[in-house]
Amino acid sequence: MLEMRGVRKTFHAGTPNEVRSLAGVDLNVEAASFVVVIGTNGSGKSTLLNAVAGTFPLDQGSIQLDGADIGKWPEYRRARWIGRVFQNPFSGTAPGLSIAENLSLAARRGRPRGLGWALEAGLRGQMRDVVSRLHMGLEDRLDNPIGTLSGGQRQALTLLMATWLQPKLLLLDEHTAALDPKSADQVIRLSEEIVERDHLTTLMVTHSMHQSATLGDRLIMMHRGRVIYDFHGAEKRRLRPEDLLARFEEVRRAEQLDEGAAEMLRRVYV
Amino acid sequence: MSLLIGALTIGLILSLLALGVLLSFRIFAFPDITAEGSLTLGAAVAATLLTHGWSPLAATAAGLVAGTVYGTATGALHTRFGINGLLAGILVMTALYSVNLHIMGRSNIPLMGAATLTTQADAVGRRLLGGVESVHLWGWEVSSRDLSVLLCSAAGIALAGAILYWFFRTNLGTAMRATGDNDQMIRALGVNHGTMITLGLAVSNGLIALAGALLAQYQGFADVQMGIGMVVWGLASVIIGEALVGTRQLGFAIAGAVMGSVLFRLLVAIALRWGLNPNDLKLITAVFVFLALILPGLLEKLQTRRGRAHA
Repeated sequence: MLEMRGVRKTFHAGTPNEVRSLAGVDLNVEAASFVVVIGTNGSGKSTLLNAVAGTFPLDQGSIQLDGADIGKWPEYRRARWIGRVFQNPFSGTAPGLSIAENLSLAARRGRPRGLGWALEAGLRGQMRDVVSRLHMGLEDRLDNPIGTLSGGQRQALTLLMATWLQPKLLLLDEHTAALDPKSADQVIRLSEEIVERDHLTTLMVTHSMHQSATLGDRLIMMHRGRVIYDFHGAEKRRLRPEDLLARFEEVRRAEQLDEGAAEMLRRVYV
Repeated sequence: MSLLIGALTIGLILSLLALGVLLSFRIFAFPDITAEGSLTLGAAVAATLLTHGWSPLAATAAGLVAGTVYGTATGALHTRFGINGLLAGILVMTALYSVNLHIMGRSNIPLMGAATLTTQADAVGRRLLGGVESVHLWGWEVSSRDLSVLLCSAAGIALAGAILYWFFRTNLGTAMRATGDNDQMIRALGVNHGTMITLGLAVSNGLIALAGALLAQYQGFADVQMGIGMVVWGLASVIIGEALVGTRQLGFAIAGAVMGSVLFRLLVAIALRWGLNPNDLKLITAVFVFLALILPGLLEKLQTRRGRAHA
């Protein structure tokens, strides 16, 4: 479904703040596969998702989604096929608009928007139905501004919005990291439910070792802008949080070794 | 009494300006200065066409369309070429000064004797009132001309407000409001936010040019200077409206802008009647907007300080 080839991105190239965020990523994600993405801070996990979503132009490489070369499409055009939930629970909804209005925007994701009434009766009924399944009592507050809701409620609604029209690809970017444990749990269960129900191809970035061990059918670990580990199927199912921590430790040691070696060389030659 | 009616009428006409400013400044948070040029543009286009014998309705509509064109220009400068929004507006406004002079051919066009929406409103009113020169209203003598122009303006503004409200509730209008609220979200939902801003500025400047076209016909002349200070004027109206009815609901925001515009014009008329030097008007408007902008913050600071003193 998703095919990334040699994707590279350097931010602030040629300045002292240069960051090589993606250093040649090749990734092939099959349809209906749920991929968990982990990695240290600054390893390029979020950049990977943003590269697919089209937040910035790539330096190099190609991205194909369902056979279409989307690598040069603007962000809003890719949105027709891609649903997204952000880390910040306030990023995915328009606070001044009502719950219903936000949902109506999502109900036309990537489609032309004309002069039809946004909140037509049929859509409203459907909204009540879908929102009531959250069990948050929001179905009676559809006309309240979404800005009055809690982060957890807004994130749950963002998830509904991202999947209202079935996307070819769902991008979840640490979407529970900013929530309290209870809301995080609710949102994760909802994510799991929706992904399973609609057989969505999903990329989920997370910091939670628990989530990475229990969710998804594939796990990739990123480091310094590259995919360094890739676990599929049975191998992924066997992974425990301790295994993942051990891998992180391994990476850290290799890093120190690299730095130690570089230091030694510097001492000898400089 | 005719002073009061005049102030109400101008307030209503300029509420279209307030609605345009509401759209650019409040909904998009886009400081669109183009308004100063497009108000004059609407007046210039309408007045020129009226003196060439166009029908008032067509001339007014042409003024509106001209405004949308220049609003689009500002939007394109900002979204296609990445020019800072404030600067994009200043560029188009400056260019419009020359454009307006070219359209008008001189700096002032009098509309004496031309058929305008004002004379048409007068005619309609006269027919409805049975051809009298003046009517008695709560003990006041009111010229039937002033009254019919006021009532027609009120009807026109009500219609414009209703159309704007409807537009903001359509799929397109909802996406436009969301663009100003959270542009990251709206792009993730497949909306080209640059197009939304450009379209919004076109609508905003269309409304403002319409205000200019109507104002010229009411005053009986178009002047190349008439747009100066109008952005601050519109902003003052919007701020008063927000203080009157709040900002939480779309319908209230629209009604508030209209009420704010009328109230502000009334206050100005009263102040002028009391002997305010007209030269000070723009200074006072600017100071008023300045105070309205900083007061909420100051009050909040004062409250937290008081709260701390109590604790």
